[in-house]
Amino acid sequence: MSVESSVDLTASSAAYGPDNPAPVIEPPRARTKRTPRNRRTNFEMHAWLFMRLSGIVLVVLVIGHLLIQLVLDGGVSRIGFAFVAGRWASPFWQVWDLLMLWLAMIHGTNGMRTVINDYAERDNTRFWLKMLLYTASVFTILLGTLVIFTFDPNIR
Amino acid sequence: MSTATVDQPADAAPAAAPSVDRIAITVRVRRFNPEVSAESAWVDYQIEMDPKERVLDALHKIKWEIDGTLTFRRSCAHGICGSDAMRINGRNRLACKTLIKDINPDKPITVEPIKGLTVLKDLVVDMEPFFQAYRDVMPFLITTGNEPTRERRQSAKDRERFDDTTKCILCAACTSSCPVFWNDGQYFGPAAIVNAHRFIFDSRDEGGEQRLEILNEQEGVWRCRTTFNCTDACPRGIEVTKAIQEVKRALITRRF
Repeated sequence: MSVESSVDLTASSAAYGPDNPAPVIEPPRARTKRTPRNRRTNFEMHAWLFMRLSGIVLVVLVIGHLLIQLVLDGGVSRIGFAFVAGRWASPFWQVWDLLMLWLAMIHGTNGMRTVINDYAERDNTRFWLKMLLYTASVFTILLGTLVIFTFDPNIR
Repeated sequence: MSTATVDQPADAAPAAAPSVDRIAITVRVRRFNPEVSAESAWVDYQIEMDPKERVLDALHKIKWEIDGTLTFRRSCAHGICGSDAMRINGRNRLACKTLIKDINPDKPITVEPIKGLTVLKDLVVDMEPFFQAYRDVMPFLITTGNEPTRERRQSAKDRERFDDTTKCILCAACTSSCPVFWNDGQYFGPAAIVNAHRFIFDSRDEGGEQRLEILNEQEGVWRCRTTFNCTDACPRGIEVTKAIQEVKRALITRRF
């Protein structure tokens, strides 16, 4: 019943044998019977749906935004403080920009979240990357919202 | 990784009929033996094969005539049992359904174990996480009420609805070609979803809601990134990604 030990596969073959087997490398986070399965929520479905729906709305919002800001009626050359002030005097453009800010930020954050989930291998890495992502996103969303709502055209 | 070369012994004359046109091929196998080394290594085998033979025949020739320590799984050797899924020239295929002439025998043919599962030895991987995901979707008929006295009848149209996903042979070629599964083994993987699809869309089955609930989890169908690797890899030609999308659609339409 002796195991054939004369197989010479690599140069570094000395250390391991039947009594001292090489360590078996587990695949990352393998599914086992003991894998916790307690997260029965619809969150992932809603996130998936949100990506599709917000994507459609963002196509309209972003292309419209780019056309107005960069192409139509003089294009990028007329952008200045006065131009922004004039646009944000109308609630329509306030709502447009606010919607675009929120949808684009949440859409991008969710995309980054899935990328982190797919690529970060260690639970700790994945947790801290996501915390960094959420902090940055919340900060940007709140700052942008604050500017849109408290914008003062007469600022000195 | 070092590359060792094992030449065919000169006295191993082909016993088959000499009329067959044999060509010299190189089979480059990624070998791993935990009792010898923690590293895997590529080993080249030069053999003469009829190009109309299969990669499995080449592996048999190596194991039977050159190196008996080469380890791989195969049972029926005719594309039904799903034992010999392996990565041949960088793509997941069944060794018993891949003809040598179809994969450019001019270059070395690389043979590796399927990815994302623990390699036990040479081409043998630990399939347990794969089958655990399969068991988790409850791949059996679930009904309520009394058992009918005769068979459970079904129209041809209802049978057609899930015909594609009944073809699965659980070879793990799809699951081990999925980049999400490579990195996160807790994802159910395409094969488990295909087998859930087979029962979710079966008109005789009444456990569809339970299975959808399981696949709605964090590690369920929503992790699918529609890269179509699984559809390309399936040796049975199942439209795997389409089946996954149908499960997603069923989840959404039954929830709203």
